[in-house]
Amino acid sequence: MNDFIAARSQMALSLGFHIIFSCIGMVMPFFMAVSHYYWLKTNNVVYKNITKAWSKGVAIFFATGAVSGTVLSFELGLLWPTFMLHAGPIFGMPFSLEGTAFFIEAIALGFFLYGWNKFNPWFHWVTGVVVGISGLVSGILVVAANGWMNSPSGFDYVDGKYINIDPVKAMFNDAWFSQALHMSIAAFVATGFAVAGVHAFMILKGKNVLFHAKAFKIAAVFGCIAAVLQPLSGDISAKDVAERQPAKLAAMEAHFHTGKSVPLIVGGIPDVKEKKVDYAIKIPGLLSFMVAGDLNAEVKGLDSIPPEDHPPVAITHYAFQIMVGIGMLLLFVAVLYFIALWKKKIWLERRWLLILFAAVTPLGFIAVEAGWTVTEVGRQPWIIQGIMRTADAVTPMPGIVYSFYIFTGVYISLAIIVVFMLYRQIKMVDKIYDIPSNSDQLKG
Amino acid sequence: MLYVVIIYLWAAILLYLLLGGADFGAGIIELFTSPKNRKRTRKVMYKAIGPVWEANHMWLIITIVILFVGFPEIYSTMSVYLHIPLVIMLMGIIARGTAFTFRHYDAVVDDMQVLYNRIFVYSSFVTPLFLGIIAGTAVSGKIDPHASTFLPAYIYSWLHWFSISVGLFTVAICGFLAAIYLIGEAENEPDRLRFIRKAKQMNVAAVLSGGLVFITAYLEKIPLIEWIFGNAAGLSAIIAATLSLVLLWYLLARGKTRVLRLLAGFQVTMILFATTVRHFPNIVMLKNNAYLSLLEHSGHEKAINMLGMALLLGSIFILPALFYLIYSFQKKDPEKLRPSAKG
Repeated sequence: MNDFIAARSQMALSLGFHIIFSCIGMVMPFFMAVSHYYWLKTNNVVYKNITKAWSKGVAIFFATGAVSGTVLSFELGLLWPTFMLHAGPIFGMPFSLEGTAFFIEAIALGFFLYGWNKFNPWFHWVTGVVVGISGLVSGILVVAANGWMNSPSGFDYVDGKYINIDPVKAMFNDAWFSQALHMSIAAFVATGFAVAGVHAFMILKGKNVLFHAKAFKIAAVFGCIAAVLQPLSGDISAKDVAERQPAKLAAMEAHFHTGKSVPLIVGGIPDVKEKKVDYAIKIPGLLSFMVAGDLNAEVKGLDSIPPEDHPPVAITHYAFQIMVGIGMLLLFVAVLYFIALWKKKIWLERRWLLILFAAVTPLGFIAVEAGWTVTEVGRQPWIIQGIMRTADAVTPMPGIVYSFYIFTGVYISLAIIVVFMLYRQIKMVDKIYDIPSNSDQLKG
Repeated sequence: MLYVVIIYLWAAILLYLLLGGADFGAGIIELFTSPKNRKRTRKVMYKAIGPVWEANHMWLIITIVILFVGFPEIYSTMSVYLHIPLVIMLMGIIARGTAFTFRHYDAVVDDMQVLYNRIFVYSSFVTPLFLGIIAGTAVSGKIDPHASTFLPAYIYSWLHWFSISVGLFTVAICGFLAAIYLIGEAENEPDRLRFIRKAKQMNVAAVLSGGLVFITAYLEKIPLIEWIFGNAAGLSAIIAATLSLVLLWYLLARGKTRVLRLLAGFQVTMILFATTVRHFPNIVMLKNNAYLSLLEHSGHEKAINMLGMALLLGSIFILPALFYLIYSFQKKDPEKLRPSAKG
């Protein structure tokens, strides 16, 4: 492994790790706020217990997300100093606003976690809602910054110089909206299904059924609504990418030859040398239709892009297939669940529905990681699309390989500890929350 | 607007040193507390820093964002030549933040707690140590942008006695701030007396390591004495800090918590002021008297203006909320104040 690949791997690892934690930290406060609302409205202590149990999860994920986010803000410079030298002032605007949003989130979380019985109950509830909203806002802002890398704007690039900088224009770049929409919904899908899945599993095991059933329902409804909305945002994203980054779209679809009435390629193994895809299902004209709303429209293939500007086709294609496949599967589960809620109440008592939810627990996050891979790998070899190559941005310091090993070790241990801690949280539901307790103090 | 941004940068560094410092210091105090008292110390600390520690941490992020948006050349130069100490500091931040949360929220209390504690206390020492090393390096004039081999470029720039003594000084200051803060948080007399004793010890350590900074500066031919005592503003700040030290020891004997906190904060502010005022607008000294200046190496005007606006706007939201957060959790036995509250 050379230093360049090591730097990219370290960045991918750090982002891949951060993204899971920040998604959960961003979405779970909303679940928490809903159950908290039910508790304040109904006085049913189960809801209070769910709120408290979830708030511990939020605290764990927030802390892990915060530190890994801090690391990322340094890593941008540690690994890509040349990129940051030029890009910092241009795309820094969303980061400076994100600082504010994140700060508010941290403050609100302080109020929420330690504020039981200290404040007016509705003020306390609002602080929880603020945690969710500010988290969501900071997520959108960070994605807007990433959108700029895909769709650089707000400056003129003349003779290697970045002039006429306009940070506001850079923030509202062409990609920000579709990317932020797709990512935010993805966070709700992934977290909703993950949380619902864990509670479904506990119901199946017959433990604290009342507690887990109520928790399951809140998470499942969030996840399922998001899963139904996601294909719509995916469609917006695909059209956007086709227009802005034809190379990325071509890599996603393993679409080698420019042509009219292009089929949608599902699955398959791309053969880059022979410029074809083996064993794929091809749906005639569908890609043309999805991109341009016309079955006969022309779609640019990789052959219209200089070979040195091709993204890695196989990785992008597989990642895209995984993301879409999981999205469709979760959409199916969501539709089943809504049918159950509205028409077939009897299904809600069937084990197969719970088994289904338990089985798809990790899938949303796999889709998030895959989607992120599509965005980032699909942009290669550019760090700023069309302006700066990733290879030109990397730090001159040698030995990044060792740094990569160290970070890998740290992130793997952290992931193991977090999973271990969640396991212990769930295991302790029996002891902490089963008996409606009169003690209102949040025990540390 | 450039000056607004510079003031925010300085304020963010100061607040990170004061609030984040007190936070690091809590771990340092734990490290230097005899095992039999550790449990009690920890209990007071949890209550004191639990609600605010995430927020304290944000000042570092604000600092970094100001640097890379407003002063990208300074940010990227430091990122390249201080890569290794920055990574070590980051490891400390990861370890500390997660260990604190884990030991607090782990549902089961068992041997894992010992591990979390150990990680927490050691990383509480390592993080400010390297923070100090980075700060010391920035002004040491030992970063060599023309170095072509690994050791001079990436190791000798920061690994020298001066920066290490600045690191130790930072650790002592953090410990001192935490001890002073905790005096007011103690719930009983023995705890209070212990924190007063700790504050005295940490204060002595700060004075000694501060002296070490001057000695190593002299040995490494860094004109620190001239910097600090060579101008009226720096000199008066140091005199004010020294005089307030006398008052501090007098008050320590009497345990006036609020005044003590203000005094400790005042001293650290004066030290930061004295060490930065002479350099302004320079921030990073390079080899051969080259430097990176906040005025000459600032980013594009429009970026600075927007950053300034964002910071001003952010403060309107953040400062009152942060103040209320700290204020709310200062009150003693708040449960008793609101007996009717349900929740």
